Amino acid sequence: MIPRYQTILFFVLLAASIAMGAVLWQLRERAHQRLLAGEVTTPTAAPQVAPEVQATLMVASDADDSLTPQALALPLPSSANERARAILGKLLDLYAAPGAAHPVPGGASSITQVFLMPVAGGAGTSAGAGASEQTAGGAEMAVVNLTSAFANSHPSGIETETLTLLSICATLHANLPQVSEVRFLVDGQQRATLAGHADLTRTYLATDAGAAQSGGQP
Amino acid sequence: MALGAALGAAALGTAIAQAPAAPAAPQARFVVVLDAAHGGDDAGANLNGQPEKAYTLALSVRLRSLLEARGISVVTTRESDATVDAEQRAQVADHARAQACLILHATESGFGVHLFTTSLAAAQPAVFEPWKTAQAAWETRSVALEGVLNSALGHAGLHVTMGRTELTTLDSMTCPAVAVEIAPSPAGANSLSDDSYQSQVADALAGALLEWRAEGGQL
Repeated sequence: MIPRYQTILFFVLLAASIAMGAVLWQLRERAHQRLLAGEVTTPTAAPQVAPEVQATLMVASDADDSLTPQALALPLPSSANERARAILGKLLDLYAAPGAAHPVPGGASSITQVFLMPVAGGAGTSAGAGASEQTAGGAEMAVVNLTSAFANSHPSGIETETLTLLSICATLHANLPQVSEVRFLVDGQQRATLAGHADLTRTYLATDAGAAQSGGQP
Repeated sequence: MALGAALGAAALGTAIAQAPAAPAAPQARFVVVLDAAHGGDDAGANLNGQPEKAYTLALSVRLRSLLEARGISVVTTRESDATVDAEQRAQVADHARAQACLILHATESGFGVHLFTTSLAAAQPAVFEPWKTAQAAWETRSVALEGVLNSALGHAGLHVTMGRTELTTLDSMTCPAVAVEIAPSPAGANSLSDDSYQSQVADALAGALLEWRAEGGQL
């Protein structure tokens, strides 16, 4: 025999549940109406497709310690900073591809930003070869900001690290001739080496990067 | 650090008296500095499970034995798994007044033996040389030493590449200096751990240094 008070309590709770369900249904309908009222029915603008332009990538090869020019037609933005970043992103995509001659994981997302700025004083401050050469008027320095994930996963070794840095420098100079110097940051901070070897604290001369490597004499 | 740089620079002053353009004279004492890269907290690259620091130390010990057996004085920057920073390594080399300095590295990237000299432009020696650019005054002789090493390694049947790089240790040395990076032979990826391959490389390097001594180390 069910006590009377429990029966009453059951029906009270049942009535309350039905009432709350009705209220929720009503609130849902109101929210739906508000969403429909705020929806923009006009079609979205078609994305701007940048025209393809010829770009030159200086592609590194571990086998012979060389940089080889490779011409590609790429859709590039008009901004010089974004253009430099897009070109370097394509270069790192090549390195991240299976079977790359210079395998480096990471790809285009490894470059956070590229900043171009005038070279102070018009003279190179690099310790690199040709440092005494005066840079021409309008010369710019590129600051390449890499991700720490890229640096941490980069293969360790003098050759592989040097090739990565020099190919970035040479590619920048090939496509933006006004870039005469390059500095590297990792997550916006200065870092001693890329992966334990190549010095990242220095200014690299972009003009010398392509000529810095040569094959040995077997 | 500044005091260390000053002391190092003072030592450089004496070393630079032996300028690259100085007339060739017989060396009373032929000294080679072997710098086994990395060590201690700095393990270097991972070479198929073996840390680079152990590989370079083993190569340094092997090469030292070969050279000392041929009457060449050898100074090493480390004899154990110790942490030695770039400036300490350069100080050891600079105080030794060596006729040749080899910085030993190893990697799994590429093939054969990679030789690197400084990317600094050749410069005239000065009384005091700043850290990180001291090697500029020795660039010409370093390139000459690299040529001798390249020739010897090539004659030993090893694949050789040459390049320029920016290494703090290398650029702070006041001696003919070359960074030697051992990579797997084109024949096999596991050749780094192959004792005969290591022996082939060490023998070729020792032969090259003997030739360098025979030429007076003044090419």
